[in-house]
Amino acid sequence: MTLAHPDDELSLVDLLDRLLAGGVMLTGDITISLADVDLVHVSLRALISSVAKLNEGHDPALPDGALAQAELTGFDVTEVDVTGAPRA
Amino acid sequence: MSLVWLYAVRLGGAEAPAGPGVDGEAPRLVAEGPLVAVVGTVREEEFDEAALARAMEDLGRIERLARAHHGVIVEAAAELPTAPLRLATVYRDDEAVARMLRERAAEFGAVLDRVRDRREWGVKVYVDAKPEAPAEEPEPSGKPGTAYLLRRRADRDRGARARERARAVADRIDETLAQVAAAAYRMKPQDARLSGREQEMVLNATYLVDVAGEEEFRAALSGVEAEGATVELTGPWPPFSFATLGES
Repeated sequence: MTLAHPDDELSLVDLLDRLLAGGVMLTGDITISLADVDLVHVSLRALISSVAKLNEGHDPALPDGALAQAELTGFDVTEVDVTGAPRA
Repeated sequence: MSLVWLYAVRLGGAEAPAGPGVDGEAPRLVAEGPLVAVVGTVREEEFDEAALARAMEDLGRIERLARAHHGVIVEAAAELPTAPLRLATVYRDDEAVARMLRERAAEFGAVLDRVRDRREWGVKVYVDAKPEAPAEEPEPSGKPGTAYLLRRRADRDRGARARERARAVADRIDETLAQVAAAAYRMKPQDARLSGREQEMVLNATYLVDVAGEEEFRAALSGVEAEGATVELTGPWPPFSFATLGES
């Protein structure tokens, strides 16, 4: 197993997984409806299509049988520190 | 006019995070009994219902809000038990925040007990999806239609076996980690296109782990048999996925 420390910025998708679906949910004085949160998913879909365009030639949409061709190549652990604290 | 954005509720602590917050503001505290809300004063025209609804259509704005919200909560949670609030929780004024803290004090107490001295760690597992030649071409039978159907069936069978293997790897890792974690939660795997990897995500899980048990958690992750999988560990996160009121 390899421990890698990429300089990746904290992934927006990881953040939204937690900030929009997790956290204490209270009915504040100002509320955004579920429909509004759904708009985030619309935005994410827009992001997906722009990412897909960047990967020119490569169609990232996996056909149903794509995993059939899976070639397993070793166990790699990548570590992302989300606190922004300097690493030892 | 201004509104009050809630970041987190924590047990005590006299020092507010430095921020900056979602509106560039310096966060401050609203105390009520033992509970302290970490809040920010934000402009009404940017954070009322209509403005927030508009913001949700703009991924750039969502990202800035999410990063600022997260940043303040990470600071707030550094020393004390802290319950993060969901993104976009906004009150009219400090009195409304204080009233909410009084009304929900018991529930916040339970959440803060659950997350005390614990942090959240995310684990994503990917498997490669590299093309590999089919094992062998079916014998031509003279009927092109039959050969085609055989090939289709072989593809489908290989697909089913590979999905089964991927599921087994995901389950094995999740079960192993859940045993050393205080709580576990499986999220929906993210779209393959967002990761930028040519791999399929088969596990997107998150765990509430005792700070004292983090070493054991990492050891368990390293020790799990997951040949061929790529595992990404993220954290420590404030306990977003384990801060739910009304659950014990």
